[in-house]
Amino acid sequence: MSARRPTLAVWKFASCDGCQLTLLGCEDELLTLADTIRIAHFPEASSVRVEGPWDLSLVEGSVTTPEDAERIREIRRASKHLVTIGACATAGGIQALRNFADVEAFTRQVYARPDWIATLATSDPIAAHVPVDFELRGCPIDKGQLLEVINAFVYGRRPQIPASSVCEECKRAGHVCVMVAHGTPCLGPVTQGGCGALCPGCHRGCYGCFGPKETPNAPALSAWLSRLGMGRDELVRVYRTFNANADTFREESLRHERDTDH
Amino acid sequence: MRVIAPQAMEKLVHLLSDDGYEVVGPTVREGAIVYDRLGGMDDLPIGRGDDHGQGHYRLRDRGDKALFGYVVGPHSWKKYLFPPRETLVRVLRRDDGGFETAPGEAPPPRRAFIGVRPCELAAIAVQDRVFLGQAVRDRAYGARRDGVFLVAVNCAEPGGTCFCTSMGTGPRAHGGFDLALTEVIDGDGHFLVAEAGSEAGGRLLERLAPREATEAERTAAERVWREAPARMGRSMRGDAREVLARSLEHPRWEETAARCLSCANCTLVCPTCFCAQIEERPDLEGKVSERVRSWDSCFNGEHSYVIGGPHRTTVAARYRQWLTHKLSTWHAQFGSSGCVGCGRCITWCPVGIDITEEVAAIGADTGGSGP
Repeated sequence: MSARRPTLAVWKFASCDGCQLTLLGCEDELLTLADTIRIAHFPEASSVRVEGPWDLSLVEGSVTTPEDAERIREIRRASKHLVTIGACATAGGIQALRNFADVEAFTRQVYARPDWIATLATSDPIAAHVPVDFELRGCPIDKGQLLEVINAFVYGRRPQIPASSVCEECKRAGHVCVMVAHGTPCLGPVTQGGCGALCPGCHRGCYGCFGPKETPNAPALSAWLSRLGMGRDELVRVYRTFNANADTFREESLRHERDTDH
Repeated sequence: MRVIAPQAMEKLVHLLSDDGYEVVGPTVREGAIVYDRLGGMDDLPIGRGDDHGQGHYRLRDRGDKALFGYVVGPHSWKKYLFPPRETLVRVLRRDDGGFETAPGEAPPPRRAFIGVRPCELAAIAVQDRVFLGQAVRDRAYGARRDGVFLVAVNCAEPGGTCFCTSMGTGPRAHGGFDLALTEVIDGDGHFLVAEAGSEAGGRLLERLAPREATEAERTAAERVWREAPARMGRSMRGDAREVLARSLEHPRWEETAARCLSCANCTLVCPTCFCAQIEERPDLEGKVSERVRSWDSCFNGEHSYVIGGPHRTTVAARYRQWLTHKLSTWHAQFGSSGCVGCGRCITWCPVGIDITEEVAAIGADTGGSGP
C-alpha cells in the first residue's frame, strides 16, 4: 500500500440505501477503515466531498432513468475500480419487477401527469451500462463480505467471495435442511451464499437474496418444489423477488409463466 | 460382555465428564437428530426414530423409550475431527519488517463421542487414513483425533437409504472403539449389552457395569445385529469400483447432471469427504493474516481452479469426479472405498439423487457381475 490512502466513493442509484448502511454498520472496523482509506464521497456519512477521480467506487442501486444511465457513465470514467453492491446494483433489484410488466401502464395508473415521468422501461444492473470490476451480491450485502472486498482492492488482490450455494453455509453451520427434514420450499440449492444461511437458520426457506449461485439448476429445483406442493403461480413468484432479473431466476419465472398461460 | 440398564447412560456421561472429556452425542434439534454436547441422558433422543428416503427425512415417535432407536442424522463426527472452519495459523508482521507465526486455534478439548454407528467408525477410519496415514500428517486433525474416546452403538435401526452391509462396514462394530453398546428392547425389557474395545474402555466398563451379561442377554444382542441387515433399504453393487472405472464417458453423467443442483449437500453430509479450501485472511491494517481452512466441495467450480480457470466447468464433470473418486479411485489412493454406506448423501440430497441407483444404472449398461 502506498503512503497515500486510496480514496473511496459511495454512490446511490435506485435503491433503499440498506447496502450503503452496511458500510456504516461496520462499527468495530469503521475507524480502522477510515485510517486505511480516505472516504471521499459518501453522502450518507458525511457532507465532505472530495472531487474525483476515485480509487474505488462502491455503487448501490439500479439504473432506472435516462439521467442515471448518463450519471453511471460519468462515475465509471472517474473511478479506477468500480464495485457494485447489492441486488439492485447487481441484478436490478425488486424494482426490476417492472421488467416483466408495462411501465407506461404503471405511470398512467399512479401519476396525475404521467407525461412528467421520464423513466426507462427496465430496471437494469449497473453492469448493463458500464464495465464493473466486481459484483458483491446480497439484499442487503453482508458486512464481512464488504470488508473483504474493500480489503482486496486496497491490497490489489482478488476478493475471496465464494459463488457456491447457501446449502454450503447451512451445512457448515450445522443447520438441519428445512427442505429435506421439514418439507419447506427453499431456494438455497440455487442461491449463492454469503448471508450465512440466515433464513434456514431460523427454520425458513431461503428467499434467494444473493441471487443465483455458480452453475445453478433452477429447473431441477422447481421440479422438486412442485413435488412439495408448489403450484405454477407460486413457482413464478418464488423466483421474482430481489433478484427477479438475474438471468437464471428471470428465465425460470418466465418458463413457469409461459406454462401458466397455456 | 457386560450388561447395563438404560439409566446407566446418565452415569456414563458423568464418568466421562469427570475424566475431563467434553461429551458429545445425539440429541434432537430443528426436527432432526444431530450431534451436540450432552449434559446427561435426558439430552439423548429418547423414544425418537427417523424415516429416510430420497431427499426425505422425518423424525417420528417410536412409542418406546429407546435411546439409540434412530438411523443417523445429517451431522457426522467429522464436524469435530475436521471442523467446517478452522484457522490453521496466524501470521503476524513484526515492526522490523519480518514476520512470526502463532497457532490458529486453542488446543482442542478431549472429546468423548457417544453413539457412533459402525458405519461412522468406518468413516472415521477412512478420514484417519486421509489425514494421518499419508506422508504428511495433518497436525490439526491429529490433535483432535488423538484424545477421542469412542462409544459405539451397534445398529438396530437401518434406514431406508442405508447400505452398510454391502460396503462391509456394519451393522456391527468390529473394532476401532473404546466401548461398544448394543441396545436391546424386547418383550422382556430394555437393556444395553456392552463390550470394551480398548484398555481405557475396559477400565470405564469396570466402573460402569459390574455385571456380566447372561447367555440370554448375549443372544438377544446378537439377534439385533443379525436381523438389522434385512431392514436396510439400499445396496451397492460389489463391483462399483470396476464399473465406474470403465464408464467415464457414460451418457448417464449428463442425465444425472440435468437433475443435480451442484449444491454440494452430498459432499458436506458425507462423513468421509475431506475437500477443503484454504484462504489467507489478512486484516485491513496489514498486520495479521489468518490462514483459514474450511469445508469445500468438488461440486464447486472454484474447487477445480487452476491457472486459467476451473477445469471442471460442467456439473456432469463434477458429479463424475465425486462418484468415481468416492467409489473407485479412492481405493488406489487410500486403500479402501471412500463410501461407508451410511446413506446420508441420498437422504440429504435436496432432489433425491441416489448413489446406489446411479451406480446400478451405469453398471446395467456396461455389464459386469452385478451386486
